Amino acid sequence: MNPVVLNVQGLVKRFGGLTATDHASLAVSQGEIHALIGPNGAGKTTLIHQISGALRPDAGHVVFNGADMGGLPMHERALQGLVRSYQITSVFKRLSVLDNLALAVQAVDGSSMRFWHAARTESVRFAAAAAVAQRVGLGARLSRLAGALSHGEQRQLEVGLALATRPKLLLLDEPMAGMGPDESERMVSLLISLRGEVSMLLVEHDMDAVFRLADTISVLVFGKVIASGNAQHIKDNAEVRRAYLGDELDASAPAQEAA
Amino acid sequence: MPTHEQAAPGLLDHTLQLRWSLPVLAVLAALPVLAALAGDTFYVGLATRILIFALAATSLNLILGFGGLVSFGHAAFVGVGAYTVAILMQAGLVSAWVAWPAAMLASAGMALLIGLISLRTQGVYFIMITLAFAQMLYYLVISLKAYGGDDGLSLASRSSLGLGLDLGQDVHFYFVTLALLVAVLVLMVRLLNARFGHVLQAIRENEVRMTALGFAVFRYKLVAFTVAGALAGLAGALLANQGSFVSPALMQWSQSGMLMIMVILGGVGHLYGGVLGAIVFLLLEEFLSHYTIHWQLGLGAVLLGVVLMAPNGLTSLARRRTVQ
Repeated sequence: MNPVVLNVQGLVKRFGGLTATDHASLAVSQGEIHALIGPNGAGKTTLIHQISGALRPDAGHVVFNGADMGGLPMHERALQGLVRSYQITSVFKRLSVLDNLALAVQAVDGSSMRFWHAARTESVRFAAAAAVAQRVGLGARLSRLAGALSHGEQRQLEVGLALATRPKLLLLDEPMAGMGPDESERMVSLLISLRGEVSMLLVEHDMDAVFRLADTISVLVFGKVIASGNAQHIKDNAEVRRAYLGDELDASAPAQEAA
Repeated sequence: MPTHEQAAPGLLDHTLQLRWSLPVLAVLAALPVLAALAGDTFYVGLATRILIFALAATSLNLILGFGGLVSFGHAAFVGVGAYTVAILMQAGLVSAWVAWPAAMLASAGMALLIGLISLRTQGVYFIMITLAFAQMLYYLVISLKAYGGDDGLSLASRSSLGLGLDLGQDVHFYFVTLALLVAVLVLMVRLLNARFGHVLQAIRENEVRMTALGFAVFRYKLVAFTVAGALAGLAGALLANQGSFVSPALMQWSQSGMLMIMVILGGVGHLYGGVLGAIVFLLLEEFLSHYTIHWQLGLGAVLLGVVLMAPNGLTSLARRRTVQ
């Protein structure tokens, strides 16, 4: 068993009377792809918010690389290698693909409190950005404005932005949201190509993709992690079947959960 | 391996556009001579006033246009700079080499303090809190009886610069103002094209994502706010010198509003937006007020026309033409 890179312990988040996260715990091992699944409203994105530092939990701990993240703000977690992508595409729409990625590289590449030297001349940084573009399948789109990309390409850029910061753990919030079959296939191949290189916590509704990608699956229902294990373990878990997957696993084709 | 430089300049790329800015500069440099030939030196004073406001509006554009920070209290920093020069002069300190940097430092310090608090808010709240701070300073100055209170404070003379220049002479003062504006514009273009400028503009584009990427956005916004404050302080120092008089009216909210109108008129987030806005605004004021005391009506109509026809300001008209 590889060492644990992310350990979420007893996380609780309440919004008024609603307990969105209810003592949720899970562990992501080094190099693994860990899928977080659960019905709509189970609190998956809320959990991602707390792990990434966008939301502060009411109780519990997020331990990353052996260090308790405590109240560490999002940008500092990102600098330590805990980087998220967004369910709703959040790129720099009016900037080119290359500039988008170059900014992400810049985030982890020395100080940005430089006021005089022309940033455009940093050819190493722009080359690194172009390499990431290549990696996520946007190598031919470098000068295209991000807002002019197709939906699928914007999702690729979304993941590319997180990837360009050279994360240790990627928090991917539904990378395949709204994608067609071809685009989904490309995203799955991209994530498979990253396996071993970077650990991933992946929120995804596409069960086909989840079973192909995930080494470990955790099931979140009403803010609680009710089961964690490999695909077979999850498929066989009675509680999971009852609470969430239900008929889906009995059907011959791995159906996609209704949005 | 292809070069990774972009083929076409993007949103993050800014240039001085020397092809037409140099001729404009040449005209501005020749202006005192032309005015003398025409026998009307009044225009040198007007031109100086325009250049000073161009500097102030440019400093506001740094945060408003490039940082997306709609600050409604920028006149406060102009005022702090102006009062710093006036108060130092009252204490017998006339050297521009001391008073002007002191004005910039005082305004920067004030911007740092105000920014530390107000930059924690967003949107409408940021607009209101910057306005509130500016009004607090306005009333503070009114209450300072030792420095004239409501009546303002006269300067015994203009600052002394040395270098064989006599700022008391309007033409000398004009050239110094012009040189400072050029220097500030060069500084701006370098800053915007540097890493800091890229980060600042990216924060304007998508602040949440910048945080997620690992940028301490608050710090960058605070630095920009402070730099803008310092440059506004310099404009204030010049303004105090030009009129040899400072008064709380410099810091009134309507002055902040005027600077915002200049930036919007000229072009939010365009290097020359503040300059063009100040020129158009003050020339309109000058000429319309010859015909009617209701000149603001005409100005309002122009502003309306610009906002409707060129939502990105007058500079966008030129840009659109070059694209076509």
